[in-house]
Amino acid sequence: MTQATVYREATASPLSEFLAGARNTLPLIVGAIPFGIIFGALAINSGLSFGGAMAMSLFVFAGSAQFIAAGLLAAGTGWPVIILTTFVVNLRHVLYSATVAPHLRPLPQHWQIPLAFWLTDETFVVVAERYTRSSALSYTHWYYLGSAIFMYFNWQFCTFLGLTIGQLLPNAAGWGLDFAMPVTFIGMVIPYLKNRPMIATVVVSGLVAVVAYPMPNKMGLMVAALAGIVSGVLVEAVLKRQGAHE
Amino acid sequence: MNEVYLIAGMALVTFIIRYSMIAVAGRAEFPEWLNNALRYVPPAVLTAIITPAVLMPDGPDIKLNGTNPYLVGALIAFGVGWVSKNLLLTIVVGMGAFLSWQWFLSS
Repeated sequence: MTQATVYREATASPLSEFLAGARNTLPLIVGAIPFGIIFGALAINSGLSFGGAMAMSLFVFAGSAQFIAAGLLAAGTGWPVIILTTFVVNLRHVLYSATVAPHLRPLPQHWQIPLAFWLTDETFVVVAERYTRSSALSYTHWYYLGSAIFMYFNWQFCTFLGLTIGQLLPNAAGWGLDFAMPVTFIGMVIPYLKNRPMIATVVVSGLVAVVAYPMPNKMGLMVAALAGIVSGVLVEAVLKRQGAHE
Repeated sequence: MNEVYLIAGMALVTFIIRYSMIAVAGRAEFPEWLNNALRYVPPAVLTAIITPAVLMPDGPDIKLNGTNPYLVGALIAFGVGWVSKNLLLTIVVGMGAFLSWQWFLSS
């Protein structure tokens, strides 16, 4: 992400921001491809129709929730329970929504609504990094759009691939391609490990996520993320106080 | 028909969550402490997804040894990422390490 983000702010235009957003999302696309294909392959076996699986990718557009929904469907779970589970699994997006909200605030609704719909883990992290850099010309919503559209069309294409050729691959879900998501996220966390508050966040969140894993409906994820955020804020406050006393 | 309810419901709850805070921020500005705390969201959420996926790939048991290809792949990916600071290289090498370790264990 580092070398690709070096472009001249002075010459930034909607198009250059759009392309930069797409370009900086490219590595994450690599990680999302196997995920989309496996979803397509799983969906058919879970009892979803071809059109239903495609519609889920088109209208829900939430990888991990779609995966869990396919698993629950295969187990014969009723739709109200699946919708409730989707709600809990996607709760982390409240944090993403809050983080991007101040930056989307000046935009009209016809920008806010599609950008909210396209808010994924990947686009969120790419855009959050962009927000930490100067935005005097503030075409950052074009940057966001470039990342989001790239992720969206890739997800549709990979779902389609999984639904069609995924059937030809025996037991595609058992190949361990599910490692693609954690390995992508590892690469995304590393740039944050620059100071002690961020390291505290990562250590606490990682440990709590393991301890709280047995909580129902992946609630452990939210508990861990909140514990990590609080730890980072506390360490930052302590360091600031120490600095003030020295 | 149930499929229509399922997809419409999932789409609706997902969008409401994603739009929620954007709607709130349109009415009131967030306090400074909240904006500061939100800087920790990306590493916190990503790590909370990573550690269970890597340390307990088959459910509730923690597997902290070389028979866990997820752990081996994750450690190698972290090392490559830390040194190279290159995201694409981290993903490709990590995935390759994981797949070859898994193959090595099963053969």
